[in-house]
Amino acid sequence: MADTLSRARAGRRHGGPPGEPGRIAYLYLAPALVVFALFLLFPLLRSVWLSLYEWNGLTVGTWVGLDNYTAVLTDPALRRPFLNALLLIGFFSFVPVVLGLGLAGLMARNPLRGSGFFRTVLFLPQVVALVVVGVAWQDIFAPAGQLNGLLRWVGLDSWTRAWLGDPTFALVTVGVVGTWVGTGLCVVLFLAGLAKVPRELYEAARLDGARPVREFFAVGLPALRGEIAVALTLTVVAALRTFDLVYVMIGSTGQSTRVPSYEVYDRAMLKGEVGTGVTIALLLTAVILVATVLINRLAERAGS
Amino acid sequence: MTPVSTRTYLRRRHGRPTAVLGAAVLALGLAACAPGSTGGEEGGTETEASDVETDVAAMGDVTLTVWDQEVRGGQDEQIEELNAAFMEQYPNVTIERDSRSFNDLRQTLRRAITGDAAPDVVQANNGRTDMGQFVQAGLLRPLDGYAEVYGWTERFPESVRALASYTEDGATFGEGHLYGLAQVGEVVGVWYSKSKLDGLGLEIPTTTEEFEAALEAARESGDLPIQFGNLDGWPGIHDFGFVQNQYVSREEIRDLGFGREGASWTSEANVTAAETFTDWVESDYFTEGFNGLGYDPAWQAFADGEGTFLVAGTWLLADLEAAMGEDLGFFLPPVGPSGEQAVTGGTGLPFAITEASENPDVAAAYIDFITSEDAMTAIADAGNLPVVDADPSAVDGAQAEVFQAWETAGEQDALVPYLDYATPDSYDLLTAQVKALGGGSTSSEEFLDALESEYTSFTSENTGG
Repeated sequence: MADTLSRARAGRRHGGPPGEPGRIAYLYLAPALVVFALFLLFPLLRSVWLSLYEWNGLTVGTWVGLDNYTAVLTDPALRRPFLNALLLIGFFSFVPVVLGLGLAGLMARNPLRGSGFFRTVLFLPQVVALVVVGVAWQDIFAPAGQLNGLLRWVGLDSWTRAWLGDPTFALVTVGVVGTWVGTGLCVVLFLAGLAKVPRELYEAARLDGARPVREFFAVGLPALRGEIAVALTLTVVAALRTFDLVYVMIGSTGQSTRVPSYEVYDRAMLKGEVGTGVTIALLLTAVILVATVLINRLAERAGS
Repeated sequence: MTPVSTRTYLRRRHGRPTAVLGAAVLALGLAACAPGSTGGEEGGTETEASDVETDVAAMGDVTLTVWDQEVRGGQDEQIEELNAAFMEQYPNVTIERDSRSFNDLRQTLRRAITGDAAPDVVQANNGRTDMGQFVQAGLLRPLDGYAEVYGWTERFPESVRALASYTEDGATFGEGHLYGLAQVGEVVGVWYSKSKLDGLGLEIPTTTEEFEAALEAARESGDLPIQFGNLDGWPGIHDFGFVQNQYVSREEIRDLGFGREGASWTSEANVTAAETFTDWVESDYFTEGFNGLGYDPAWQAFADGEGTFLVAGTWLLADLEAAMGEDLGFFLPPVGPSGEQAVTGGTGLPFAITEASENPDVAAAYIDFITSEDAMTAIADAGNLPVVDADPSAVDGAQAEVFQAWETAGEQDALVPYLDYATPDSYDLLTAQVKALGGGSTSSEEFLDALESEYTSFTSENTGG
């Protein structure tokens, strides 16, 4: 029996279609799998495990089952941070994608002299560390900063305010910085996407009498579907997990500017509520996962 | 965000399996393990005075690991010198020092003192979410026995010891056992420009009435009365506390600050304090748009001559003196309708001994050494305010005024705790509420109601009361 089996296996290995992945493939996959398991899977499972306990990081944790999840989902103090994250998606994601489409459309159509330079400048915010970005913008939004100075200079004195200290505007200012950071990424992505559109398509559209705007919607936009999905994924993830900009620009104050990542940090690292902190982190991970899947599904459906 | 060290954490221990969800955990291969180590008994192991050994030289070769947060210039030097002097006096002791910034220390200490290689001496933040939880978890040792032997009880005034005292269950702050000793003191008072006050033809205001007159005079002269930057939120706790110091009795502020039963945020005195704070905002006594101005830019602007007064802590001494020199002065909050001197303040982070320390006697001798008279002189020389033995006649300029203020605060028992010590959530609440009160988005009534409801729900739940 064993003999037959092993012969059958051996036969399969030799007789199988060429290129079929055999067990040997796992050997090649192993290094990546080990790294993945060690640095992603293990911490993730460990987080799930920690989320089932009430633990202050010091004494022995108490098993609470799913209580942390119930607590987090019903905590009214946590609704605002997640709503704030939604607002940030608008600023970090939708605005940059729309702006990026417009700018890329313009730049692709009217090749400027020195367009490489502009592309570099637009992309620069992506290269600078967000902490540095935050500190620089903090200066601009300061009560005696450049923004208020500009408003006074043009006579809009009544518009000036303590931007970062104003509960209504503080998060919006962070959002504006997010837009500034994200737009460059979108432009560069979309320009790359537009570059691969065959010239003939544009010519055909023009022969059909399409004007520049129509031409962009008929030819450029459909070609950018993949890039838009990538841009949306990257920026939505950036918006949902924002921590550094809020931490640097505003700090720890007030419900109006709390974001989910900040709650994780605050509870797990500062307040000794490891269980709830980890639970929020896991829920945030789930939200991000769902968002990325949805975006990619939508992109695929739009293509078919 | 500061990277967190990946040192050992989470020792596992057998716990109780739970039927239904236990299956899920089993699937993870982590069944029946609860996170965290057993730690010690609640409140830590006490060493009786009669068991304390003080002869360090006779204790054989010892390595003492010390975690501190004294990373800034003068303080860093001072600690290095004291460590070297200690090792010279006791060649059998090696001190391994690990210094981190305050934030880094706060984030890593939690895991370090539960680990296998816990340090012997740590600087722990006084508040409930730090020292309070450590005490409850039995991770720090009570020092009462040592205090008796080394005479700390006589050397350190009660108001200072209270800031490192907890009951064994960690629930009551400000009473119970002593868990640490600090090197430096701090009070939140008024920094001022001598030339500007002279220019207004005024003396140092000692009453609220005089102070308000000075604010008005400063404003009329075209200067900013009080420089204030509250973007970071916590300066608001200090500036509101400064007003409260003048209106509310010390006992009431202490009960509120330590989260003890018996006081009320909605008392008449607190109502007047909150209304006065709003009045000052509406009278433009504070920097325009202070909620959007950072703390550092604010005191730097004051040092550059923008503002007559700055309500801030004595920890700015070295920085402000470097910028303003002879022109800098400091005084305690004026005495207001409460009729007694009160000032928000406390100590630097106390040095504590961990439960895991194998040489608590050496650790205690070390703490005694770095808080000795010689040590205090070194601290004063480094431009800081030593917690005891601050002799105003031994220094000059603004430092002498700071030392004088500290001495007066001690003599008159004027020290009241930071308001955010009250409950684990009061830091978040106070920063947000003072911002809202100052920004005009909440009334003084709503402000006090919010604080009162947090205070009452905490004190009624907190068994230690």
